[in-house]
Amino acid sequence: MRIVVCVKHVPDIQSDRTLGADGRVVRDGGDGTLNELDENAVEAALELAATDKGSEVVALTVGPPDAEDAARRALQMGADAAVHVLDDAVAGSDVFATATVLAAAIRRVGAAGPVDLVVTGMAALDGLTSMLPVALAAELDLPALTLAAEVAVDGGAVRVRRELDSASEVLSAPLPALVSVTDQANEPRYPNFKGILAARKKRVEVLTLADLGVDPATVGTAGARTQVVGAAARPVRENRVLVTDDGTAGLKLAAYLVERKLV
Amino acid sequence: MSAPLSGPVLVLLDHHDDAVRPSVLELLTAARSFGAPVHGVWFGDGLEGALDALAGAGVEQVHRVGGLGDAAHLAAPAGDAVAEVATLARASALLVTSTFENKELATRVGVRTRAGVVVDADDVALEDGRVVAEKTVFAGTWTTRCVVTTPLAVVALKAGSIQAEPAPAPSTPQVVDVHVTPSGQGRVATLVERTERPASVRPELSEAQVVVAGGRGTNGDFSAVEELADVLGGAVGATRVATDEGWIGHDAQIGQTGVTVAPRLYIGAGISGAVHHRGGMQASGTIVAVNSDPESPIFEIADFGIVGDLFTVLPQAAAELRRLQG
Ligand SMILES: Cc1cc2nc3c(=O)[nH]c(=O)nc-3n(C[C@H](O)[C@H](O)[C@H](O)COP(=O)(O)OP(=O)(O)OC[C@H]3O[C@@H](n4cnc5c(N)ncnc54)[C@H](O)[C@@H]3O)c2cc1C
Ligand SMILES: Cc1cc2nc3c(=O)[nH]c(=O)nc-3n(C[C@H](O)[C@H](O)[C@H](O)COP(=O)(O)OP(=O)(O)OC[C@H]3O[C@@H](n4cnc5c(N)ncnc54)[C@H](O)[C@@H]3O)c2cc1C
Repeated sequence: MRIVVCVKHVPDIQSDRTLGADGRVVRDGGDGTLNELDENAVEAALELAATDKGSEVVALTVGPPDAEDAARRALQMGADAAVHVLDDAVAGSDVFATATVLAAAIRRVGAAGPVDLVVTGMAALDGLTSMLPVALAAELDLPALTLAAEVAVDGGAVRVRRELDSASEVLSAPLPALVSVTDQANEPRYPNFKGILAARKKRVEVLTLADLGVDPATVGTAGARTQVVGAAARPVRENRVLVTDDGTAGLKLAAYLVERKLV
Repeated sequence: MSAPLSGPVLVLLDHHDDAVRPSVLELLTAARSFGAPVHGVWFGDGLEGALDALAGAGVEQVHRVGGLGDAAHLAAPAGDAVAEVATLARASALLVTSTFENKELATRVGVRTRAGVVVDADDVALEDGRVVAEKTVFAGTWTTRCVVTTPLAVVALKAGSIQAEPAPAPSTPQVVDVHVTPSGQGRVATLVERTERPASVRPELSEAQVVVAGGRGTNGDFSAVEELADVLGGAVGATRVATDEGWIGHDAQIGQTGVTVAPRLYIGAGISGAVHHRGGMQASGTIVAVNSDPESPIFEIADFGIVGDLFTVLPQAAAELRRLQG
């Protein structure tokens, strides 16, 4: 089985994340990491690959120079190869443009041998739209089995279980297909010493839009269907009250809620 | 009033049997503010029972999609059907409630129609003939405004973001039946099994005006959290620790990998305030936190913080509120 796993480099969510005047994420802080939820995607890809001898897992990222770290992290976890699409024209892409670029890169990986499965995380912890998996599947004309809490491949078909707000579902589709996995799907492995050493010997292949045959005018800010026209840090909450319970805090809470007309 | 839209505003009419979800009335309120005719798209049966509510909200036309069966639950066939309706109706905007399923549907519509899509919006308005959406990002610490520059603008609005209001004058909704056939074979997922969760007696978490949430500090005993939620007529939420422990269903999880809530009032008890959790509740109106550790990060964002034991504070507050309510 050949599996491509999509990994995104995002600002560390524990850091102070900011937006620039252009409404774009400031990505030069140096405190970026592999999107935590993509660790679940890598783990799922590795586990599925382990069920089928001779499988290959290719990690794919689209992003600025720092994004190589995300690809490297996937290699350390055990991915066999990595591809990094690096091109200034990609900056400012919306979901659809990002999907176009990822799809072109996956087709290129597919030229060396068919790709059976594309695995993504459930959301990137910066954009957090959870739109990309569906957009990418549509670009590649693959069935999308999203938000998998469980995933299995058997007899040329993939089957997932997912927990939605109002229902629990089981979906299945013949391969090739795209799956997005949630943080419930597995417990991501921590790269061990052997994995870290092995990753050093692996190369991250860097590709540009020209390599992929993608017209720069269709992506990035130029191709975006939405435009950020304003971005501002939200004011910190004022008039905050902190009380220590002296046996009457519950009464104070009730009074606060009544006074604020919240009941 | 700025330049009008050229075509109608289409609203996805999420429903449970024949009752539209409360958030749909919010979408319809936003849709009317655009000054263009308001249309709805309805999947499956039950529309007759909802027509009164839709008339009260000023819906002029309802496109009823039949023939999809279970596939109506999947983003690709449902999104393709909505794209078809939007194209036929020459819609200028499509509004949906921002849930995981609807965000996927909206994405599919975007792929099919080349529409720009903004999800998780808190507000939407028409400015100079353009659809502008507002959204809070980065765990509620930033606000952004996005203009959709395509002829069809798709916006997924979070439930509870705006106040639903009835139309100034009721309409007489025309029902138009649209029959779509699920697209071909092969490249689609099939729904093997679907088990609806029994509806809770409490309000839906994502739509509730009041949410009381419990974390590890409950140690598995949610009775105090539930009691306060019931006095306030609110929904019960939880942290991932609590859902992972199996103390409460996974659908109660608030946060980046769970439900995003923005109620008028959020009360968190025995919750430390990890950034993953904050991402799902920081945009709430008023935040109350009860935690025995004064150093808990949740206090940094709480309007009203109480350092104390949730098992004494919550029941006392519930009893007092009951007394005041008489
Ligand atoms: C705060 C913020 C809000 C935004 N809102 C919108 C919006 O409403 N509409 C819109 O069209 N665009 C929006 N964008 C732009 C959008 O985030 C980017 O286009 C992004 O590349 C894809 O979306 P996502 O990060 O939300 O990914 P998600 O859909 O949340 O990510 C799901 C999975 O897709 C994969 N993936 C995503 N991006 C990459 C990548 N670059 N390389 C490899 N794999 C990847 C990962 O496996 C990830 O787990 C927003 C961006 C930001 C920063
Ligand atoms: C990729 C990823 C995604 C995640 N997504 C989510 C998500 O969507 N939602 C989410 O919630 N978490 C999520 N998490 C987990 C998150 O990081 C935290 O671990 C979690 O939110 C902590 O839950 P908690 O506050 O209940 O527990 P803790 O952090 O253990 O806090 C318990 C608190 O209870 C207090 N306490 C104990 N006893 C009492 C008492 N008797 N009275 C009052 N206070 C008491 C303690 O002082 C403590 O502050 C995610 C983690 C990862 C890595």
